[in-house]
Amino acid sequence: MALHSEILSKEGRASALRSRGTFRRILERNAAGYIFLLPWLLGFFGLTLGPALASLYLSFTNYDLLQSPDWVGAANYVRILSDDPKFGAAMRVTFTYVVLSVPLKLAFALAVAMAFNRGIKGLTLYRAIFYLPSLLGSSVAIAVLWRQLFASDGLVNMALWQIFGFEGPSWISNPDYALYTLVLLSVWQFGSPMIIFLAGLRQIPTDMYEAAEMDGAGKARQFFKITLPLLTPVIFFNAVIQTIEAFKAFTPAFIISEGTGGPINSTLFYTLYLYQEAFGFFRMGYASALAWILVIIISLFTAFSFLGARYWVHYDE
Amino acid sequence: MASSITLDRIEKRYGALPVIHGIDLQIQPGEFTVFVGPSGCGKSTLLRMIAGLEEISAGEMRIDAARVNETAASKRGIAMVFQSYALYPHMSVYKNLAFGLETAGFKKLQIEERVKKAADILQIEPLLQRKPKALSGGQRQRVAIGRAIVREPKIFLFDEPLSNLDAELRVQMRVELSKLHQRLGSTMIYVTHDQVEAMTMADKIVVLREGRVMQAGRPLDLYNNPANRFVAGFIGSPKMNFLSAKLDTNDASRRTIELGGRRVELERPIAAREGEPLTLGLRPEHIIAQQEANTLGTASVQLVEHLGGSTVIYAATQDGQPTTVLLEGQRPFRIGETIPLSFNLANIHVFGGDGQRV
Repeated sequence: MALHSEILSKEGRASALRSRGTFRRILERNAAGYIFLLPWLLGFFGLTLGPALASLYLSFTNYDLLQSPDWVGAANYVRILSDDPKFGAAMRVTFTYVVLSVPLKLAFALAVAMAFNRGIKGLTLYRAIFYLPSLLGSSVAIAVLWRQLFASDGLVNMALWQIFGFEGPSWISNPDYALYTLVLLSVWQFGSPMIIFLAGLRQIPTDMYEAAEMDGAGKARQFFKITLPLLTPVIFFNAVIQTIEAFKAFTPAFIISEGTGGPINSTLFYTLYLYQEAFGFFRMGYASALAWILVIIISLFTAFSFLGARYWVHYDE
Repeated sequence: MASSITLDRIEKRYGALPVIHGIDLQIQPGEFTVFVGPSGCGKSTLLRMIAGLEEISAGEMRIDAARVNETAASKRGIAMVFQSYALYPHMSVYKNLAFGLETAGFKKLQIEERVKKAADILQIEPLLQRKPKALSGGQRQRVAIGRAIVREPKIFLFDEPLSNLDAELRVQMRVELSKLHQRLGSTMIYVTHDQVEAMTMADKIVVLREGRVMQAGRPLDLYNNPANRFVAGFIGSPKMNFLSAKLDTNDASRRTIELGGRRVELERPIAAREGEPLTLGLRPEHIIAQQEANTLGTASVQLVEHLGGSTVIYAATQDGQPTTVLLEGQRPFRIGETIPLSFNLANIHVFGGDGQRV
């Protein structure tokens, strides 16, 4: 028995040595690849996964930057969901923003893409010009410009006065309108989904429309019966990406409301509220819990989107 | 009810570039007409002009007696089967067939009746609930034809509908299309670059080249009496041999041409001057590997294709002219072998320097 164990143990050691040798050989063989991967791996573990896991831990603590974190269990989550009126306000604002901005932006992007798809001269130039707001849109400079445009003495009101003789309100100071100026800013950044729509439209074979034309379908019927169904994979992709982006929107609201989310919380985006909690009140634990709730909301939305996609998205085919 | 089509000096220009040059054509009701020609000859463009998918730049098109130049595609009483089938991928076969009828405002019962009838003709009833992606190439083809049938059009147009099918299925579908034509009795126009399809299916073949009609007529008329060298070369497989010759004597009593250093006496007068270079057209199936009165001399065998029922020989005559010979049965010729080649005078075609029959 002892001999048997000794043999087994020797075999085990030999096997371990063999596998260690195999591992080393694989490592040596792929060393160049791992070296090239290293910057990304460092970035991923050090700047993405590490902080994400740290924030998950912190969300169960009362960390405030000054003292070491104390474990408070689910207290942060309980308070957010049961006793935080600002959380409710931020959710309302964010969902309103998502529900308004995403469909409007997609509809506008699709309309422009369809206009471009008719084969106009100078398409490349127009495409670049229309894409420009998407590059600049989330920048601080554009948000500042937007603030100037929609201020009470801004360009928009000047134009309204000159053209219609109508004295407009201060769009960004009025809680009834402030959010809609941000929705407008979002719609203005339609370039990115427009480019993707344009690529999708180009994929629809011309003879599909010709067959529909022979069948007597007018332009509207062709749009609803051919274009839209065949574009559903692209619509789905754009909708998911733009919705996630909308949930994460921060800069425009931060600049336009000067970080307050005002007037009267009317532009208190979820991310702005999270920012206030983290860097205004240094409630890092609480802010981490808010961040993870947003992660869960976005994940649920994405999961339901993919589950629902099978009923309305036509792949391949 | 079948309709006639009249094309009266039809032209198509893209900007300043003319692609169809004043085509005149009369297609009788119920006729199966095939437009045939090489790539870029304008056959598909002409078909699309008839369909109403391309504007007619000049000339007049009439269906029966009515001018239709300005009539929308859907109002011409025409249905078209596309090369790619153009089935709507997100709709079931039933929906694909019903789409045109729904658009035209047919009632549900009428639609069901027509779809069922078309599905019955094409034997696609079991496929009605499937999506196009779940169909084979041949099945898709049937559905595409079905989509045309349900509309009960006066005219059917087919744009190279068999080009995406494998050889066996093409032959099968060719037969089925011919049967369908007999059954429906509609006017059909069929575009192909395959002369075998044209010969086997057509009542009338229209051979096109660079936007012009080179010849239009019944398949065997084109085979037996090609109007020019292009048609002679395009119709028939293997392709007609073209041998360089010269008109030697051309008077009332005697007409001879010089062919490879030999004199060949012609049976009929020809419209050419003595000494004029000519081209002698001889179909491969009209050459025999024997020494007879009208001979091409001997030829060196360069390649032999054994097809079982026939043998194709690619050879070169003594003066180096490539010659293809199609012989019945299995012939034991070998590469490098020298064989005698002869022909029957009744089967020769003579073309002038401009390529026209003389």
